[in-house]
Amino acid sequence: MSTQTYRPLYQRPKSLSPVRNSYCPGCHHGIIHRLLAELIDELQIQERSVIVAPVGCSVLAYNFFEIDAIQAAHGRAPAVATGIKRVHPEMVVITYQGDGDLAAIGTAEIVHAANRGERITTVFVNNANFGMTGGQMAPTTLIGQKTETTPEGRDPLRNGFPIRVAEMIASLTGPVYVARVAVYTPPLVAKARNSMKKALLAQIEGRGFGFVEILSTCPTNWGLTPVQATKWLEENMVPYYPLAEFVGGPQT
Amino acid sequence: MERVLMKGTEACAEAAIKAGCRYFFGYPITPQNEVASYMSKRMPEVGGVYLQGESELASINMVMGASAAGARAMTSSSSPGISLMQEGISYMVGCQLPGVIVNFVRGGPGLGGIGPAQSDYLQATKGGGHGDYNLVVLGPSSIQELVDLMKDAFEIADRYRNPVLILADGIIGQMMEAVQFKFEIDPTTLPDKTWALDGAKGRTKRLINSLDLVPERLEQHNWNLQAKFAQAAETELRWEEFLLDDAETVLVCFGTVARIAKKAIENARQKGIKVGMIRPISLWPFPQAPFQKFMAGAKRFLVVEMNAGQMLQDVRLAVCCQRPIRFSGKPGGTTFNPEMIEKLIWDLEEEGSK
Repeated sequence: MSTQTYRPLYQRPKSLSPVRNSYCPGCHHGIIHRLLAELIDELQIQERSVIVAPVGCSVLAYNFFEIDAIQAAHGRAPAVATGIKRVHPEMVVITYQGDGDLAAIGTAEIVHAANRGERITTVFVNNANFGMTGGQMAPTTLIGQKTETTPEGRDPLRNGFPIRVAEMIASLTGPVYVARVAVYTPPLVAKARNSMKKALLAQIEGRGFGFVEILSTCPTNWGLTPVQATKWLEENMVPYYPLAEFVGGPQT
Repeated sequence: MERVLMKGTEACAEAAIKAGCRYFFGYPITPQNEVASYMSKRMPEVGGVYLQGESELASINMVMGASAAGARAMTSSSSPGISLMQEGISYMVGCQLPGVIVNFVRGGPGLGGIGPAQSDYLQATKGGGHGDYNLVVLGPSSIQELVDLMKDAFEIADRYRNPVLILADGIIGQMMEAVQFKFEIDPTTLPDKTWALDGAKGRTKRLINSLDLVPERLEQHNWNLQAKFAQAAETELRWEEFLLDDAETVLVCFGTVARIAKKAIENARQKGIKVGMIRPISLWPFPQAPFQKFMAGAKRFLVVEMNAGQMLQDVRLAVCCQRPIRFSGKPGGTTFNPEMIEKLIWDLEEEGSK
């Protein structure tokens, strides 16, 4: 009989399903999933949360969280979330969307859900391409970035410019929290967690719409190793997509 | 029971509320805008939600969300808007979510016009969106019938966990008639939906989903859906038999045209013509039984529609080459009057006696 008790320092969050996820090695979805699950546990909302999964790499997100879930059509997650929230205002409704889903086909739905100040939380994972379909250009693809459909690099004369979604959402009056974060270093992970918490609290406290854009790697489609991809993100994405709290931060 | 003079669109909205619907999502489009304006006033009075979506795409997906949350939810629109909703309707079918969609059909294709039409019959009854599916489609020919069918629509949608579509037209929406509301359902008394998303409290998580990447499992899901459609095809048949017992000329009309045809039939009968009408009310499932029932006495069929010949295809399947079928159509937002239909009846009669 041991009298010693052990306190776990690190374990799988209750809200994160004990299953293998479907993400590529080096992709940041796994980190972001874990952060979201930790926050669902910490805020004690597991029994009243629902996640709306998008179309794209995180289409199977419903398999990875131990909360109610629904899978929406491409880009429509904010509209589906709106319907759920209007029926169950006491629930915490989260959309989890990639940049193909949210920044291309779903721009109308996200802009208007944000503008209505819908009491939902959106986690927006931006990896500068359509991952699931094999790495085509997304609205967020950087100038000069090579993808399956911009073999010579994105040319703004032909394909326009990368959309800064967080800034666009922040220009609206409806949202109460808008930030862009990244998760490629431990301090950034801690900051990202804090931002996601603020976005969830905005909903839980009934204050309004919360939006967190998270820059992510896509080593498979970028054709880089996980370490190279992290470096590429830091050197190319962060300068164009500045990490900041645009609405609801300490300065605003 | 009190009779109220109401416009079709407003009666439709009130009927939905009395059928226990508390969530309406829609986007403006003529000729059905009064549904939304009525809902925006009435829903707050009954503790419900009216929300104007940023598009028909958003509106149907809001219906999907509200339905997934366990509520009776609906939208209404007109043809171009219904086209946009097809994606969401297909997802609702795949996810096995109930919901009611009302289409006050206007002339097409494209932006078309705002005159009344029946040109969305094939879209409504043969699926509409992608995938193998059917919706139960109900076609009212009066405002009272629209009111009564709204209640049926919500019940059928819940029974099969599948959307139901009401196929009305601009005339049904815009005219006024005296109606009675013979039902009033308190949504809090409806049975719990054991699949709805309301938070995994004291239970395992629930998932509402139309995706399955394993083809064999998706095949099975499709067969499960087909079993529901087969059940609905047997159970949800509705039609009216009008003066058919001795009818030699059998008209087949639905919705507004059937209403106009009745006058024409009555007028022709006064002049001794043996004419009657089969009026399908459920457009899917399409009622085949009355065709066989009256085939022996029928010499010919006359299909009249406010389109270029859409229900005609179902009538051909039901008649199965046993009798000649004549068609007269008016696509694009124009309609018939009783004299026009009576003339069609007389023309057939004269051809038949030659």
